[in-house]
Amino acid sequence: MVWRHLVGARIRADWQYRTSFFLFLLGQSLIACLDIAVIASIFTNVDSLGGWSGYEVALLFGLGGVSFGVADLLISQVETASRHIKAGTFDLFLLRPLSPLVHLSASEFALRRLGRVIQPFIVLVVALFKAPIDWRVETALLIPVAIAAGIVIFGAIWVITSSIVFWTVDSQEVASAFTYGGNMATQYPLDVLGVWMRRIATFVLPLAFVAYFPAARMLDHHEPLGLPNIVAWAAPAVAVIAALGARAVWGFAIRHYRSTGS
Amino acid sequence: MSVDNIIDVKGLEKSFTVTRKAGRLRRRREVVNAVAGIDMYVERGAMIGYIGPNGAGKSTTIKMLTGILVPSAGVVRVDGLEPSRQRIELARRIGVVFGQRSQLWWDLPLRDSFDLLRHVFRVDAARHAANLARYSDGLDLGPLLDVPVRQLSLGQRMRGELTAALLHDPSILLLDEPTIGLDVVSKEAVRQFLVEINQQQGTTVLLTTHDLTDVERLCQRLLIIDHGRVIEDGTVADITARYGTERTLIVDLVEPGPPLDVAGATVSNVEGPRQWLRFRRDEVTASDLLRRVSQQAEVRDLTVEEPDIESIVREIYTR
Repeated sequence: MVWRHLVGARIRADWQYRTSFFLFLLGQSLIACLDIAVIASIFTNVDSLGGWSGYEVALLFGLGGVSFGVADLLISQVETASRHIKAGTFDLFLLRPLSPLVHLSASEFALRRLGRVIQPFIVLVVALFKAPIDWRVETALLIPVAIAAGIVIFGAIWVITSSIVFWTVDSQEVASAFTYGGNMATQYPLDVLGVWMRRIATFVLPLAFVAYFPAARMLDHHEPLGLPNIVAWAAPAVAVIAALGARAVWGFAIRHYRSTGS
Repeated sequence: MSVDNIIDVKGLEKSFTVTRKAGRLRRRREVVNAVAGIDMYVERGAMIGYIGPNGAGKSTTIKMLTGILVPSAGVVRVDGLEPSRQRIELARRIGVVFGQRSQLWWDLPLRDSFDLLRHVFRVDAARHAANLARYSDGLDLGPLLDVPVRQLSLGQRMRGELTAALLHDPSILLLDEPTIGLDVVSKEAVRQFLVEINQQQGTTVLLTTHDLTDVERLCQRLLIIDHGRVIEDGTVADITARYGTERTLIVDLVEPGPPLDVAGATVSNVEGPRQWLRFRRDEVTASDLLRRVSQQAEVRDLTVEEPDIESIVREIYTR
């Protein structure tokens, strides 16, 4: 597969700057640890957050964090489109018999981002043992399904927000607000947010389907956000819709690409 | 549209909307027509020069031919395909070199870039090996294959870029300023190689350049564009005949003297006994002029200088 070869080339190239690689990996891990520390410190003062106990929030954090981390590793590279458009090198992606999305995400692959998946994964494993999960075949099945859907939803948000750079090259920060901000939003129970923010997180950026609804189903919390908790199983459908939307927006953006310079 | 034409373009246009600052907060939107109605064709197997001053629309045309940019209007066919809609299929049939942008993997040895392109273009291993052997031989790349691209000189890198563009056996090679920044020896190596590829494999070549020696050495036909339109289309000889009306007679006189005063010519330069007389071929012949000069002074030696393509193109641009 072409993707594998391109990723391999990128890893070999990065390996020539080893020190930088390890420092970055360390930095990423520290940031992830800091996120955990923030939540842990909240629970030293309160017993529950929006009706969710510490280990229940850990389940949210783990599901959302793993989805985000994998999407970050596999798809977030699409945001480098902005840099390539400015440098004029985006043209080259369009001269290859490959989808520019696949080409870009493979060529800009950064193994160091693995540092962002490890901690949420550990938190998730701990939460699965400690949180009062209503263990049934269905709830167990929900774990991989929710993670897969979460990866796709985060990936779609990345692709859609990165498409904006085809019109306004300097919109990178706006895009980051949605992606990194979205990750933050999945780490807390949506109950703590205001009603409008909840609606946005459910229907606009469908972040509630990444961790909140699946976790509510697994923990048998009734009526999360006033909806029956079976809504968690809509996550795959929501992911498909998000992916189709992202594909359409990206395709539209590519057709409006204005190459710079000569 | 003819089937023999590998490139067929009719009424091609590309306009961009640019926002300009007008006052402190107001912005004005302006439409810029980078390409304003180009008709052109390229026969299969030809080698064509696509020239024009900076900002004439050369690169924009190339980008529409490759499918990078979607035309605002007009019809484009490249090897029977519509570039913007069939970009991925077209990518397998064209090779592109942008003189200013590398398609090689900067931190990896040249060989790795070629190997990656083999996977990207799905070339089978045997054909890849044969092509690589041939091009690395023709372009003298052998000792460079294991050097990281970032350590190559510009001339060496350009030879790598040409190989990279050809490894998947494209039927058309599109070159955007392939000799820019190269020294004389590297330029000559690149030209020599392009002629070989064109003659031996029948690869169609379309190149943009500012170096008119490229054009004289390489191109059977010349398309000159300016302000987004084709303003001249013909062979180098045609265009020279049409525009190169001004020739120069250089005479070495036996003795230095004041500038000659000859009907039909003007003296443009005097250096000791040598004088340069500019004349128009449609007004006077070289031999008539020489007779008139001989009546005034004794001529020891002479040469007639034909206008070079450089001065002709300069003349065309400034019209």
